[in-house]
Amino acid sequence: MTRHTLSVLVEDKPGVLARVAGLFSRRGFNIESLAVGRTEHPDISRMTIVVSVDELPLEQVTKQLNKLINVIKIVELEPAASVQRQLLLVKVRADATVRSQVLETVQLFRAKVVDVSPEAVTVEATGTSEKLDALLRMLEPYGLREIVQSGMVAIGRGARSITATAVR
Amino acid sequence: MTSATSRPAPGEPPSPRPGPRPKPAPPSGAPIRVTGAQALVRSLEAVGCEVVFGIPGGTILPAYDPLLDSTKVRHILVRHEQGAGHAATGYAQATGKVGVCMATSGPGATNLVTPLADANMDSVPVVAITGQQSRPLIGTDAFQEADICGITMPITKHNFLVTDAADIPRAIAEAFHLASTGRPGPVLVDIPKDVLQEMTSYSWPPELRLPGYRPTTRPHGKQVREAAKLIAAARRPVLYVGGGVIKAEASPELLELAESTGIPVVTTLMARGAFPDSHPQHLGMPGMHGTVSAVAAMQKSDLLIALGARFDDRVTGKLSTFAPDAQVVHADIDPAEISKNRRADVPIVGDCKEIIGELVDAVRVEKENAARAVDLTPWWAQINALRETFPLGYDWPEDGTLSPQYVIERIGVLTPADTLFTAGVGQHQMWAAQFVKYETPRTWINSGGLGTMGYAVPAAMGAKAGVPDVQVWAIDGDGCFQMTNQELATCAIEGIPIKVAVINNGNLGMVRQWQTLFYGERYSSTDLGTHKHRIPDFKLLAEAYGCAGLRAESRDEVDAVIQKAMEINDRPVVIDFVVGKDAQVWPMVGPGTGNSEIMAARGIRPLFDEDE
Repeated sequence: MTRHTLSVLVEDKPGVLARVAGLFSRRGFNIESLAVGRTEHPDISRMTIVVSVDELPLEQVTKQLNKLINVIKIVELEPAASVQRQLLLVKVRADATVRSQVLETVQLFRAKVVDVSPEAVTVEATGTSEKLDALLRMLEPYGLREIVQSGMVAIGRGARSITATAVR
Repeated sequence: MTSATSRPAPGEPPSPRPGPRPKPAPPSGAPIRVTGAQALVRSLEAVGCEVVFGIPGGTILPAYDPLLDSTKVRHILVRHEQGAGHAATGYAQATGKVGVCMATSGPGATNLVTPLADANMDSVPVVAITGQQSRPLIGTDAFQEADICGITMPITKHNFLVTDAADIPRAIAEAFHLASTGRPGPVLVDIPKDVLQEMTSYSWPPELRLPGYRPTTRPHGKQVREAAKLIAAARRPVLYVGGGVIKAEASPELLELAESTGIPVVTTLMARGAFPDSHPQHLGMPGMHGTVSAVAAMQKSDLLIALGARFDDRVTGKLSTFAPDAQVVHADIDPAEISKNRRADVPIVGDCKEIIGELVDAVRVEKENAARAVDLTPWWAQINALRETFPLGYDWPEDGTLSPQYVIERIGVLTPADTLFTAGVGQHQMWAAQFVKYETPRTWINSGGLGTMGYAVPAAMGAKAGVPDVQVWAIDGDGCFQMTNQELATCAIEGIPIKVAVINNGNLGMVRQWQTLFYGERYSSTDLGTHKHRIPDFKLLAEAYGCAGLRAESRDEVDAVIQKAMEINDRPVVIDFVVGKDAQVWPMVGPGTGNSEIMAARGIRPLFDEDE
């Protein structure tokens, strides 16, 4: 099984997320990550869905997604030809004795501290899931009190826009 | 209906009767002021809806008021919403038009779930209109509230919750467009009560806004040429015809393709009638209860040309051993069906009518350019040997009871050629698919994909409403019949004189057959008592419902009772055919086994045993 990133342009209508999520679950496909947000077109939302499937089931997922009336366009984004980012907020146990070490790790990963208290710091980081995993591994020895992560968002490299051709 | 003959909305003072100088009707397309309910009925009229099957209730009530005045839309009051749904399906399958059903919110809507799932599996164009609780009450667990859009999301092609009365015409137009184009399917439109009641402006036609819906109908020329190359070169080709050919009205093109190439044809359960049964190239039905020659031809084939078919498990048997030597040309309007179960060597997305039409020409060109034509004589010799050795047939029960196959065969023989048949699900359905001969499309209507018991009577009702001049027979089982026979009341009162042949073997026959074959003859909960206790007495039940009730229990009564049923046309007829309980459906591919293990009869495996 390989990981695939799908950019799905959908009509901004109630229930679209349920339609997409329902489709994945009833056809037996696992969603690793899902993020939804608006686009430059007021009527169109964009979902970034990361799935782990083989090539043939992926074709079936894409075709089934395309059958949803509210789905306008689906593009698979290759990791090499796209920028993929996730947002991570993590609360790390850090009192005065270790705080400087934690801050050093944070800087190494070009992350930043967004909140601080005598016992803990909250770190904000963006990147690929690999980078965020690496950051978490480095912070783990200090004690991870709370983690929250967004779904992956991705955009193709270069000047071309997948949304430009989706709307007449 | 352009003049504003609108009734006053509830709560509004009635407008004075029109004076001696009535206002001129507004020009077509100009907006007029109506209630949401009036907009709904006008929209239904505008899309050409002629019949609605339904039951009113609290939230859909506003729609029923203008429906009373409509001269174009006939409402048929059914006895159960499931009946409305299957009737809409039967109507659609008989006419090719969109079938419409209507129900109130909550239980009315949830009773439509089975027929919608059924229509979804068999790709039938149906529009369901449901009432919904008023907007402020949605999400509060109000009386008769159910999230029917959420519930039917996986079993409809699409659905809408209309939240503004101004959107009603567009929702109806889009629903009919979605239901009837591309791969057809059911669409549900859920309308809150207060939306039906509020004033809005109505104009027709509305603009469709479906940016994500662009079904491909024209096939890709290169794919057609690729397919034609394979067809022209194949030594053991088979045309594997599915229900899509009937949906696409592509029977004339299919006949031309078959006759110009000489390729054998099999028609699936959903495609019976797409190709004439009397045609010498027709091998019959493939699949679990298909003919030995149809199943064998596919197993031995080197090229399957699948047209509007979807490689269902009931056709392929164990998928890994299905047609092991065959390349596959797969033509379907739904790209998601292609290579879903079996990888296609040449996929063709498009409308079957266009695809087959283009294939005819492309194959002709291909054959003209070929050095020498492939001779199909050895292939036909193989097939004909099987066809002669293992024709469809049945034995009379040893206990002297009436043979169900004989009854069904006689109905097929004695009824006019254009008779339309519906069936429930089970043994009687398989026998009706096997022993009635179908010559034209839309003469065989059944529940193939979902396998909905109880389909026959309401589907026959819907079909008869759509084609009133044609004789409509429901071949039903005693189990199925007891699930939906309340619609006999509808048929009797609404003047829909269907004929129902209850193949009464006193048991859930197909389940019993599996218990006989695979569960050591342990008959757990399959005896319905319709023999032992004669509960219910189907003849009396029919009469109680205002139908003619007839019965036949022996061979010499069969023809006479069928003739008698055909003479009664002022009311529905129910015939209780009391038949033996031990008759079985053969041939059979056992569950989980490969098609090469097809049994012509119990223990006889013609393909398996002959393995060279």
